[in-house]
Amino acid sequence: MIQKVRPHPSQNEPLLFELSSPGKRGYQLPELDVPAADPAVELGGENVRSEIEDFPEVSEVEAIRHFTRLSSWNYGIDLGLYPLGSCTMKYNPRVNEAVARLDGLSWIHPYQSEDLSQGAMEIVAALERALAEITGMDAVTVQPAAGAHGELAGIFLVRAFLESRGNARKRVLVPDSAHGTNPATVRMAGYEVANAASNERGMVDIEALKQMVDEDVAAMMITNPNTLGVFEEEILEIGRILHAKGALLYMDGANMNALAGIARPGDFGVDAMHLNLHKTFSTPHGGGGPGAGPVAVKRFLEPFLPLPRLKRSDAGWRWDYERPQSIGRVRAFYGNFGVLVRALAYIMAHGGDGLKRATLDALLNANYIRKRLEPHYEIAYPTPTMHECVFSDRRQAAHGVGTGAIAKRLIDYGFHPYTVSFPLIVRGALMIEPTETESKRELDLFADAMIAIAQEAEENPELVRTAPHSTRTAKVDEAGAARRPVLKWRRTT
Amino acid sequence: MLDTLGMGRLEDLYAQLPNQVVLKGPLNLPAGKSEYEIVDYFRARGAENRHDGPSFLGAGVYRHYRPALVDAVVSRGEFLTSYTPYQAEISQGTLTSIFEFQTMMCQLTGMEVANASMYDGSSAVPEAALMAMRARPGSGRNRVLIARTAHPEYRETLRTYGRFGAIEVEEFGYDRQSGQADLTDLERKLDQRTAAAIVQSPNFFGIVENMKQAAALAHDKGALLVAVFTEAVSLGLLAPPREADIVAGELQSFALAPSYGGPLAGIIACKEPFARQLPGRLAGETKDANGNRAFCLTLAAREQHIRREKATSNICTNQALIALMATVFMAVYGKEGLRELALQNLSKAHYLGGKLRRRFNGPYFNEFVAVVEEPEQVNQRLEHQGIIGGLPLGRFYPELKDAMLLCCTETSRRTDMDAVAAAMSRAEACATL
Repeated sequence: MIQKVRPHPSQNEPLLFELSSPGKRGYQLPELDVPAADPAVELGGENVRSEIEDFPEVSEVEAIRHFTRLSSWNYGIDLGLYPLGSCTMKYNPRVNEAVARLDGLSWIHPYQSEDLSQGAMEIVAALERALAEITGMDAVTVQPAAGAHGELAGIFLVRAFLESRGNARKRVLVPDSAHGTNPATVRMAGYEVANAASNERGMVDIEALKQMVDEDVAAMMITNPNTLGVFEEEILEIGRILHAKGALLYMDGANMNALAGIARPGDFGVDAMHLNLHKTFSTPHGGGGPGAGPVAVKRFLEPFLPLPRLKRSDAGWRWDYERPQSIGRVRAFYGNFGVLVRALAYIMAHGGDGLKRATLDALLNANYIRKRLEPHYEIAYPTPTMHECVFSDRRQAAHGVGTGAIAKRLIDYGFHPYTVSFPLIVRGALMIEPTETESKRELDLFADAMIAIAQEAEENPELVRTAPHSTRTAKVDEAGAARRPVLKWRRTT
Repeated sequence: MLDTLGMGRLEDLYAQLPNQVVLKGPLNLPAGKSEYEIVDYFRARGAENRHDGPSFLGAGVYRHYRPALVDAVVSRGEFLTSYTPYQAEISQGTLTSIFEFQTMMCQLTGMEVANASMYDGSSAVPEAALMAMRARPGSGRNRVLIARTAHPEYRETLRTYGRFGAIEVEEFGYDRQSGQADLTDLERKLDQRTAAAIVQSPNFFGIVENMKQAAALAHDKGALLVAVFTEAVSLGLLAPPREADIVAGELQSFALAPSYGGPLAGIIACKEPFARQLPGRLAGETKDANGNRAFCLTLAAREQHIRREKATSNICTNQALIALMATVFMAVYGKEGLRELALQNLSKAHYLGGKLRRRFNGPYFNEFVAVVEEPEQVNQRLEHQGIIGGLPLGRFYPELKDAMLLCCTETSRRTDMDAVAAAMSRAEACATL
């Protein structure tokens, strides 16, 4: 039975452009206290546009209704469990939003003098210290703007280090269960990708790895726990194999929320890694960004970190640009400061014990979901689960119901779907990550929904295949969108 | 719940971890704090930053008024706490706003396609350069030329990507009178291996570039023109760079607080033929099963989660929430408002610019370079009056040690601009003594 939702009316709303009528305005500017400049004179007539054709013209009330109506067509963590595996959709505490908006933190310019920015620099330094402690690494840069950007900076600095040793090498090993960003990053850093196979336990195959690692291998990018939610139990051996050939161990820290407080990558052989502050440290995903992707490294890689670095002087914090071995800038300014503030607030609220407790709760919730669903869905690997569990749709597929259909049917039950068809090594994957912030009540509602869908798949597969049935927007034709791309609104006359 | 799992204690949940791997003690972090203590800590840090009073800094991050509507919209949990809109049926809010955003970006830039946003303007530039290289597959064009008038930190970012991603980056100079990119130098350096010329307008000195001519020169040698902007408000008044093939820009001016330089949001827009080379997310229009208009992410075959090492970029998410802020901002100001806002910026900058000795004579929007003998000292003097002055340029341009970049926006008051002019003229008087 569908317990979490029932239908309610939702408003229709045209696009801004269709809502517009000439002369409407939603803004007020003060009267100019200086003479008005003549654009044609000051800029030259050829440099001035006559108008912004078809740009919207709406009133303030129309604008707020427009966006509020749009918002009501979205699902968010604030509405319920959001079990996207690998994405770590946990509750975003609102105090973090409040502090990031304080005038003293939001109205500071990156080029105002260092003496006038000491509070901001201290926040960056405090976050770097905390992340170094949590990861067991020696140095942290918070510059990268997102996880994929952190990966890129991380592999750049692996390359810069190896170049400094006289040979950049050719290849980076990426497990077949890895996020797509890993191989894409490797290419952008000028390396070839070599896929490392997983064994029957869902872990890196050590014997195969030994065969692959030679003097042409620059590094291995490993996610631990991996995307199956499985801890790589041979991680120490993996590090030894790579290091013996002079290659580095890079860790994708997407799943650091399974380790914070119970194990540290710096203690298990990792040389460099990135973190996703929007996952483990709960900064809001915002419909897809902004995030932040700090990179943490061992001491020997510190000289290669991006510019600039924080440096303590007698007069307080300074930005240090005199770092000849640095990979250089990966972006303008110092990082996604507003996101860093939120992450530090999250760490402060938890403290060391709280972070560990959050990790344990995440493990508990994932294992609880696994336990409840295992009789109904086929678990992909029998290996112990950390923070997320991955099932295969094999049993349901026998009735013609795939993971994509089960996901859409879940929407009718009031939940956002899990991650569909990833990792690629699992046939028809259902990747479920409940996170620590869900109550048993919400987890049970979710498990009940999943079990009900498993039953529907057997008794009424058509019902599942044609889902969702209760959303204001019915199943969306994605193939049609790609076949004939319409990427902007056009006036139809 | 532990009983359900047949476990005695929470620690059993990670019993599979090898003993050597398990952290033995507690993390060395302060104990957890209450909400009040956290607010208190950040208030105290905020008080250590100068954040009130007038400022004349621009240089890629601008101080514009943020309409109250913006935070009201982006604070809604349905926007704030949602993920990338893969599940179109329950993400129409985000998808619709992205579609509107893409449309407005095309209207502003004169391009035919715009993506759903990038991390920021600086990282959009190397992504645009890589796009230009891909647009000419097999042509061996792996060289890009960037004007020295482009933002120095954007150029540094491009060089980093170039060093590791096999883009040969070369700069071309600027005209010492006009402050515009030296297009003769560009013409000299363009060759058969050049994938793109990259020109920012208004440039780092605030000066409007001749994009038509730059485009003609680039196209003549079979290269593309990448137009860059850091001050989005300028597009309310300036002719869009229609001659360019790709536009890479920064949207901070559209409702983002300076926030010490991040988060920001970038954009890449382009002409139709290059659409499939775009990095990042794209929203497209389609229909749902009932025939109603709907939107979804599309052309994902370019992206890393489908194509892995063959993707156009490793970029995963965009800056959706910030793109939404920009969308709300553009809706609030609208057609007339954005023009009036740009006009106020132009007028303020020309009021102050008219009182000072300017280094360059090219047309400028809301920033300009003033000649000041001792820019650091002038800034200190202004600081005593509670005013943050301009950016001394010697740090980025050794030949401009005696120059300062000043920015005026709609928030600059006449009295403060008069104070800046007075401080500058005193500096000049001292210098001539």
